[in-house]
Amino acid sequence: MAEEITCKELVELVTDYLEEALPTEQRARFEAHLSRCEGCQSYFAQMRRTILLLGRLTEDTVPPAAKAELLTLFRNWKESGESDPPAPAE
Amino acid sequence: MNDSTITQMDDVTLLAALRRGDESAFATLVERHHASLVRLAMMYVPDQAAAEDVAQETWLGLLKGLDRFEGRSSLKTWLFTVLTNRAKTRGLRESRSTPFSALAKSELDTDEPSVASERFLPPDHSQWPDEWGTYVSAWDEIPEEKFLTGETMDVIRQAIAALPPAQREVITRRDIEGWPAQEVCNILAITETNQRVLLHRARSKVRQALEQYLNEGL
Repeated sequence: MAEEITCKELVELVTDYLEEALPTEQRARFEAHLSRCEGCQSYFAQMRRTILLLGRLTEDTVPPAAKAELLTLFRNWKESGESDPPAPAE
Repeated sequence: MNDSTITQMDDVTLLAALRRGDESAFATLVERHHASLVRLAMMYVPDQAAAEDVAQETWLGLLKGLDRFEGRSSLKTWLFTVLTNRAKTRGLRESRSTPFSALAKSELDTDEPSVASERFLPPDHSQWPDEWGTYVSAWDEIPEEKFLTGETMDVIRQAIAALPPAQREVITRRDIEGWPAQEVCNILAITETNQRVLLHRARSKVRQALEQYLNEGL
């Protein structure tokens, strides 16, 4: 088997690994290194945790003032009965 | 309709209710998508107020165009496409927008290690060249609640705000909004490889900011 990768190389490959973009051989080297290296295991877990936490930002709620404005917009739209002209027939 | 059933409805059902003028359907859609719209608009316009404006225009565009919205694309895709176009136009008007391709190129042309090289042993080390020379903390020792505090989330928000624009845009679409890689490549007109490089750099920096913050408490 080809030479093992180093820790310094592994940290550059995490996203390629997670996105399944590594060629088979490189992937095997990545996994071999990970299985024996505690530092890289921690690092890899940190990256996964980071990605997980990023996904939680979508749970941000709409500030009440912004929501109130949008509801006013909705009511005005509903009262006016305004809509764009219908699309031309295709 | 009562509010607990309505919050579980999918966008298609909500759109149908919206066509009948159902305000709670609109409110639910707003809760679901507005924060994302504002977040994306921020990439093109100079401030929060302008981003809110653009998002609001997008909602109005949806209401006015409801009759024509045929569900060929998902509502989310439609909203984001309209928003992106409006935000870009506005960004240009306020002379703020540099084309994404130019931003991406300048970021890709520089070399950026994911982790500062001082953290590794030197390449000519007799036993462990380029292996960790400093301790990497195991975050599983940190109580789960710590990750979910507002303070931790603020560290992430600030780290994202500090990213170069192309990296910020890619990580926002991929990891925050959860878009598939292919869709991000298409909308930004970049190759998959470049998309991954930008994403990786962005993630690495957010990780670093988190590490710095979390290690203070260890």
